[in-house]
Amino acid sequence: MNGTFRVLRRLLFVVALPAVLLTVWWFASAGSTDVYWPPLETIVAAFPEVWDGERIRADLLPSLWRLLSGYALAAVVGVALGTLIGSYRTVRAFCEPVLEFLRAVPPPVLVPVIMLFAGIGDGMKIVVIAVGCVWPILLNTVEGVRAVDPVMTETARCYGVGGAARLRHLVLPSASPQIFAGLRQSLSIGIILMVISEMFAASNGLGFAIVQFQRGFAIPGMWTGILVLGLLGFLLSVVFQLVERRVLSWYHGLRDSSRRSP
Amino acid sequence: MLDVRGLRKVYEGSGRTVEAVRDLTFSVAAGELVCLVGPSGCGKTTLLKCMSGLLAPTGGEVLLDGRRVTGPPPGMAFVFQEYGRSLFPWMRVGQNVELPLKQKGMAKERRRALVADALESVGLADAAKAYPWQLSGGMQQRVAIARALAYEPQVLLMDEPFAAVDAQTRADLEDLVRRLWRERGITVLFVTHDIDEAVYLGERVVVLSASPTVVQEELVVDLPVERDQLNTRVQPRFAELRTRVYEQIQAAKRGSVSAAPGAPGAGVEKE
Repeated sequence: MNGTFRVLRRLLFVVALPAVLLTVWWFASAGSTDVYWPPLETIVAAFPEVWDGERIRADLLPSLWRLLSGYALAAVVGVALGTLIGSYRTVRAFCEPVLEFLRAVPPPVLVPVIMLFAGIGDGMKIVVIAVGCVWPILLNTVEGVRAVDPVMTETARCYGVGGAARLRHLVLPSASPQIFAGLRQSLSIGIILMVISEMFAASNGLGFAIVQFQRGFAIPGMWTGILVLGLLGFLLSVVFQLVERRVLSWYHGLRDSSRRSP
Repeated sequence: MLDVRGLRKVYEGSGRTVEAVRDLTFSVAAGELVCLVGPSGCGKTTLLKCMSGLLAPTGGEVLLDGRRVTGPPPGMAFVFQEYGRSLFPWMRVGQNVELPLKQKGMAKERRRALVADALESVGLADAAKAYPWQLSGGMQQRVAIARALAYEPQVLLMDEPFAAVDAQTRADLEDLVRRLWRERGITVLFVTHDIDEAVYLGERVVVLSASPTVVQEELVVDLPVERDQLNTRVQPRFAELRTRVYEQIQAAKRGSVSAAPGAPGAGVEKE
């Protein structure tokens, strides 16, 4: 009884603000005759006809595929390079200035450049997303790997845990909270780059669809595209949180227990 | 079993050199329980790191079973003072104990048996599935001891393992070490800054001088093998021994190596 009450309460907290915002939008835009600010009612009415199965297949799925491939590529490269750079002081000293420079270049700038050698297909978009996403993952991994506790390092050495086992059982788990912080930052960067790269040069995808609607003065359709993007970002972040809570359950437990008894 | 011969360690840092350990020679026989005690900052940690092969000595050598230690030897297990930072928090208790055995390439059944046995003998048979941070400090240190036991070392090095637990837990853990030593016949070198603990635990106490470290004195603890917290600590012999060690530590702090009575300050070297 008490449990269900608590769940309901949490649900209420989650839903309350979005509900208020939507209501305000609904009434504020009701009866609007401005072409660019159609009533929310019109947008909602347009939603099911615009986002039918055909469009989901033609626009949403390609976008999702590009995003996830680029993101996965960035994760693999970022964690691998970050572990290498974080493990060796000399490599770090060697790479740091270049990393700082590359990180400071805004990734959207790279879209025209990458287009030159990666073409305008999926490859280009995946590369753009990966190039933008890799930095937070890389830099957080470096920090996480550097911060491995010296006592744990000595423990591993004493008990003959070296080489690949050391990486798998000590370095990567120890750095995983930092790595996840980087992955989280990269997820939103990835969505932004997915849309931008599709607005530049594409024949399908969410970014392409939104630009098409806008150019064709299908303003309610454009708004539905923006809603879909928001929902996509929200869903991905929920999935991310679920994964994170699972993988880092030890970390949250450890933090809670040290908070209880300092 | 464990021989330290003429060990010397000098740290070279930015423009200045610090001699942490000057000349240490002592040995631990197989099956012996020896306590190392010294004033704080006397280079105990340096010594242990040299002995375990984590740090290369500047001079002298450490021999384990006649073989020179150059890196962490497989026949040596270590229990650290910082139990919370020595167990991996992302692994369950059983996995923590098992990991070093996996590295040894041991078969699964043998590993299982060793883990269960080690946890059993530290009184944590039910805790295998828990995470270390779900346990109290004393229990975490028991896990670290179990990990060392399962490793089946020739020598067990313990670096002030009970310095960070409360007094009652500490008494229990001291008895645990005595019991494991007697039951399993393992060789233990126990480092502590606590004089009572050194006398209560050890069969022999090696008193170290202040840094740069040499052996101040070695002293055989002729208390009965059967010891308990209540009776052993009130025996007159216990009091004598602890007074003797205490005097030596005080002498070590003053920097007097010979510490001959009536000659205070004899052999003063430097601060």
